[in-house]
Amino acid sequence: MKVLDAHKLSYRELNDIIKEEAPREKEIKIKNLRGQRYIGGTLKEGCTLYLDGIPGNDLASFMNGAHIVVSGNAQDGVGNTMNKGEIVIHGHAGDIMGYAMRGGEIYVKTDVGYRVGIHMKEFGEQIPMLIIGGSAGNFLGEYMAGGVIIVLGIGDSPEESIGNFCGTGMHGGRIYIRGEVPAFKFGKEVKEAAMEEEDYRLLKDKIKKYCKYFDYPMKKINLEDFHKYVPIGSRPYGNLYAY
Amino acid sequence: MGFSMLAPEYRVDRDKDRCIDCKVCVTQCPYDVHYFDEEEEKVFAREENCVNCHRCVVLCPTRALIIRKYPLEFRENSAWKDIDIRQLQKQAETGGILLSGMGNPKPLPVFWDKILLNASQVTNPSIDPLREPMELKTFLGRKPERLEIGCDGSLKTKISPQLELSAPVMFSAMSFGSISLNACRVLAEAAEQLGIYYNTGEGGLHQSLFKFADHTVVQVASGRFGVNSEYLKIGAGIEIKIGQGAKPGIGGHLPGEKVREEVAATRMIPLGTDAISPAPHHDIYSIEDLRQLIFALKEASDYEKPVSVKIAAVHNVAAIASGIARAGADIITIDGFRGGTGAAPTRIRDNVGIPIEFAISAVDNRLKEEGIRNQVSVVAAGSIRNSADIVKAVALGADAVYIGTAALLAMGCHLCRKCYMGKCSWGIATQQPHLVKRLNPEIGRERLVNLITGWKHEIKEILGGMGINAIDSLRGNRHMLRGVDLSSRELDILGIKAAGE
Ligand code: SF4
Ligand code: SF4
Repeated sequence: MKVLDAHKLSYRELNDIIKEEAPREKEIKIKNLRGQRYIGGTLKEGCTLYLDGIPGNDLASFMNGAHIVVSGNAQDGVGNTMNKGEIVIHGHAGDIMGYAMRGGEIYVKTDVGYRVGIHMKEFGEQIPMLIIGGSAGNFLGEYMAGGVIIVLGIGDSPEESIGNFCGTGMHGGRIYIRGEVPAFKFGKEVKEAAMEEEDYRLLKDKIKKYCKYFDYPMKKINLEDFHKYVPIGSRPYGNLYAY
Repeated sequence: MGFSMLAPEYRVDRDKDRCIDCKVCVTQCPYDVHYFDEEEEKVFAREENCVNCHRCVVLCPTRALIIRKYPLEFRENSAWKDIDIRQLQKQAETGGILLSGMGNPKPLPVFWDKILLNASQVTNPSIDPLREPMELKTFLGRKPERLEIGCDGSLKTKISPQLELSAPVMFSAMSFGSISLNACRVLAEAAEQLGIYYNTGEGGLHQSLFKFADHTVVQVASGRFGVNSEYLKIGAGIEIKIGQGAKPGIGGHLPGEKVREEVAATRMIPLGTDAISPAPHHDIYSIEDLRQLIFALKEASDYEKPVSVKIAAVHNVAAIASGIARAGADIITIDGFRGGTGAAPTRIRDNVGIPIEFAISAVDNRLKEEGIRNQVSVVAAGSIRNSADIVKAVALGADAVYIGTAALLAMGCHLCRKCYMGKCSWGIATQQPHLVKRLNPEIGRERLVNLITGWKHEIKEILGGMGINAIDSLRGNRHMLRGVDLSSRELDILGIKAAGE
């Protein structure tokens, strides 16, 4: 495994080295990250980055297939417009994680900030997924047009596991939350839908991965506890205008 | 909607002697105006639906049709004009937000028409562009503070990435979704042929247009439709859309009717949903955040493309432009209050923003005062109607202009301003296959190339008349401008003298 020391490197210097090394290295470990931005941006499949220290904002922006494992916390904008690949964060992540995400998966051990999953997209086979172990801030899944968000709420009551205005402006995709969450926490464009066979299959698959990545006992999570939320309609603002 | 209390806006006059009941108008009108009555065996019109798009009139083989303003005025009233009453009644019928297409049509002053150009007489003789070289080439992007030349005469300074234009004009951002794929293709092919650029707008880039990427500016807006690493790397430049002149401060909704298969695939959203772009990018709440996105895009495109930031011309545009320059943008695009749109809330379009003429001079002044004018190029947009407007914009301080409405007019748009209905009878602002076919991309391209070719000749002619042989010598050269019918305050802001001074 290639090891890089990020100490005293600017983000541009560091990212130039990563871009150069990634095509020929299967695994790169980066030590002493000090908030450098855009780590792993646009990287293609074939390389896994192991990050030690604090990766800065916009981690994996526009990422296109690579894998990233963060040993601790991540900051804002993780997976901004990410297209493909996987990120595993062994701590918490900041605001707007998964902004306009188009594909790939992000696993976060504990909590995430505001406006996570905003504008997530989906088309055909490309279905982006966020799996959040702890709780999420306000406006989770805002304007969501596709994709999947799963909130496990480990260590929180269901009510605390999401903030307010969840799914405001949502017109595609689905959000799964463990436990009974009061209706006032959701935007008015969201409704609860019955869980189906397919939903359980998806949850099982993703939660299994979560438990494996973060060494959490699968038996502590009962799939029957999940609720599914979907948009009321595909055109939340269809009646707003006088034609 | 039930009973409407309004009389039709237009009257469809069919000359009975000329009409041969061929039903061309019935098939051509997308608004369900003309219909053939089987019993009467005659064509009739539902006049209340007519939007005066001229399609049936132009295609009627016997010239039997005339569309007129309906000859029924409301009782005269300077406060309550016809349009005010109509709009109010429409809202009373629907309870909705009024929507409009294209730019602000209100009778507010067009300052281009109050600015006059100079020409040489006797001294500094004029130049004849037909016989002498005349340079319109324009580079957009960050220019260095100084140039370092090596002993061998080679350039030592590293030049930031630039867009190279054969003339200071580009085609504005119009998304695939708001306009048809054929219309996008016309813009792309014409840009390539002319050696300029078109802008994708925020709807992503359709696969079939990848081959024109060298003449494409790819846009990134708050909805991030169609944005991925390939899109960012393939374009010649990248533009962050913050605002649009027709609707400053608000986002966009592409109505679900326009989100068909190809549009949905390009934007990566479900079929038939509204494509929503909220007003803010939710990762940009400050100039520092803007810098973060600018550099995210530069990282993603290996610092090989200039990054533009597009804003609407609003009250404190100069301060905002300074912030944008300092945030690291290479180009600032400013869209004036007359800028066009596929759909905007009428009240916003007609009441928000400032004229582009003032915005150009305010921004140019501010950037010069701060000593950072070289760090960014300024592109002006919003109702550039002809070559003289371009010359005036450049003399006021713009590096180049974007044209949108003018480009669509060249393709055949008749400015009916109903783009938001998704039924454009000229095949431009629609996604309905039978309408899209009406725009022949080859003919469209030819017409657009003709337009810009004509404009290039005219610009050279005007420059020659001033005794100037390169567009670069005109940039910010406000001595070449004089104002008529302007207050001294307005002249001050424009930085020009009154005619006769
Ligand atoms: S809407 Fe257009 S095509 Fe239809 S009747 Fe009016 S002018 Fe003719
Ligand atoms: S693009 Fe079409 S709908 Fe829009 S104004 Fe022009 S002719 Fe009318």
